[in-house]
Amino acid sequence: MIAKYFPLVWGGLMRKKTRTTFTLLALMAAFVLIGLLQAVNSVLSGGAGFLGVNRLITQAKTSFTQPLPMRMLPQIEAVPGVDFVSHSQFFGGVYQDARNFFPQFAVNPQRLYDTYPEWVLPESQRRAFISTQDGAIAGKLLADKYGWKVGDIIPLNSFIWTKTDGSRVWEWRLVGIFDGRDEEWSKRANLMYLNYGQFDEARVAGAKGLAGVFVVSVNDPMQSERIAAQIDRKFENSPDETKSQSEQEFQLGFLKQLGNIGFILNAISGAVFFTILILTGYTMSQAVRERVPELAVLKCLGFTDRTVLGLVLAESLLLCLLGALLGMLMASVISLGIPPEYPITTSPGVWLFAGGAAVFLALAVGLPPALHAMRIRIVDALAGR
Amino acid sequence: MNASKDAVRPLVEIRGLTKAYTRGKQSVEVLHGIDLDIPEGDFVALMGPSGSGKTTLLNLIGGLDSPSGGVLMIDGDRIEEHSNNELAAWRAATVGFIFQSYNLMPVLSALKNVELPLLLTDMSRGERVRRAGVALELVGLSDRASHKPNELSGGQQQRVAIARALVSDPRILICDEPTGDLDRKTADEVLGLLRRLNEDFGKTIVMVTHDPAAAKYAKRIVHLDKGTLVDEA
Repeated sequence: MIAKYFPLVWGGLMRKKTRTTFTLLALMAAFVLIGLLQAVNSVLSGGAGFLGVNRLITQAKTSFTQPLPMRMLPQIEAVPGVDFVSHSQFFGGVYQDARNFFPQFAVNPQRLYDTYPEWVLPESQRRAFISTQDGAIAGKLLADKYGWKVGDIIPLNSFIWTKTDGSRVWEWRLVGIFDGRDEEWSKRANLMYLNYGQFDEARVAGAKGLAGVFVVSVNDPMQSERIAAQIDRKFENSPDETKSQSEQEFQLGFLKQLGNIGFILNAISGAVFFTILILTGYTMSQAVRERVPELAVLKCLGFTDRTVLGLVLAESLLLCLLGALLGMLMASVISLGIPPEYPITTSPGVWLFAGGAAVFLALAVGLPPALHAMRIRIVDALAGR
Repeated sequence: MNASKDAVRPLVEIRGLTKAYTRGKQSVEVLHGIDLDIPEGDFVALMGPSGSGKTTLLNLIGGLDSPSGGVLMIDGDRIEEHSNNELAAWRAATVGFIFQSYNLMPVLSALKNVELPLLLTDMSRGERVRRAGVALELVGLSDRASHKPNELSGGQQQRVAIARALVSDPRILICDEPTGDLDRKTADEVLGLLRRLNEDFGKTIVMVTHDPAAAKYAKRIVHLDKGTLVDEA
């Protein structure tokens, strides 16, 4: 029923091809920005949902950069509801060249397997990692990137940790290559785990016996909040006060060190949206002003005021949705090129947001000229008044 | 294209019709109590100097404007009592419009322009295209169906406008200076076409014109001056 009016709506849009093309390009550019910014925002505001809901991270209350003593581990393990505890120390090394940076963590291998069952590797390699003091395992993406194979010696230059001999270059024997148990985790297999054994033994005396953070695996995710509070209470008023939170909150907190990114992203999206609203609004108003006699002729032919209003709104909707579609497709293509460690994708939620924004934009810019078109008096318009 | 004859009652009955416009604080009456009957199948030319009220009268008969007073009855229906939406539906079913400057949609082909009034009906797309094609054939432009208005001459554009006015088979054709923008030869072709529609298809035509040569194609000429009917020939 509505489709029969499409040539009329499309014709109205294509009346000034150059103007429509430039407006579409502007809309497209705006929605590329909005799409990507919202994709980032959705990660910041809960998009890291793929992280384990049954894992807590216990860090020093002051900052996650402040280490905690290893002796706390059994005390955390003793908290009711805790299944496993592992420890993880950020190593901060570069491979060959400062540009080759990727995350590395010194861990206890067995405890890593207990708390991160999402990582899979052959049994022989699992055992090798446990038994090799200077052993390391690399994610498949990382190993593929640098062409590593099991048995290779990987030198890492740490910008944080110094060895007892004053050197910062640590050599690690690659004993295994792990992958994610599903597609989501496979995309994140671009980090490296180092055996805590060599790490703790070789680092300078003052740093020995310290863990970075503790990873706490709980048996009932519903109890996470209670367990986190209990751990923190346990170390209250001690020299090593803790802050326990879900793994997801910890990751987001890490990103939010850079400031209130969510607010900044929303502010930029708002500014882009406002700019495009003004531009598209001007285009739509101009397009209708130029066509007043044509709209009056439609009314002569029997088109009702409401039908004319609908035609102008449909034109605005078509323009905005087309611009949003092109922009979002472009944003999706761009997001495919973003490294997998940044899980920025134009998810259905982001598409929904963009669709909603496009409809809101269409109504905001289309309604004033549509109401003007609806109120056109035929005799005045035909007389050029 | 049907033409039903009603010998008893005129198709258009106008009694004491007035129209006033408000300009600032002043009300200016441009039609003063017009009385006019137009039987079905008539071809009336409305003539008069500029400002005499002939276009205003034409607009009232076409349901484009509402009178300030009097009775305007078309086929027994008092259209001055209709709401805007009712008038729109009435125009779509009863009246076809032909303007001096053609007023075609520049972005649509001739066929799509002619099809426009049929969009308001429940016809299938196939039926709409078929009828638009017949109307274009009637005005001798079936070979120009896919052309946009700017690819047609003035005479051809006016013939497309006539096809658009005809396609919904209206009983009345309202023509406002239909040959005002055309040369003599083309004007005669268009007027000949209007006469044919009147004589062969029984369409009632009300035409405003300044051109005495154009008025000669009508069966009747009505003169207006200062908002009053002064003469009829």
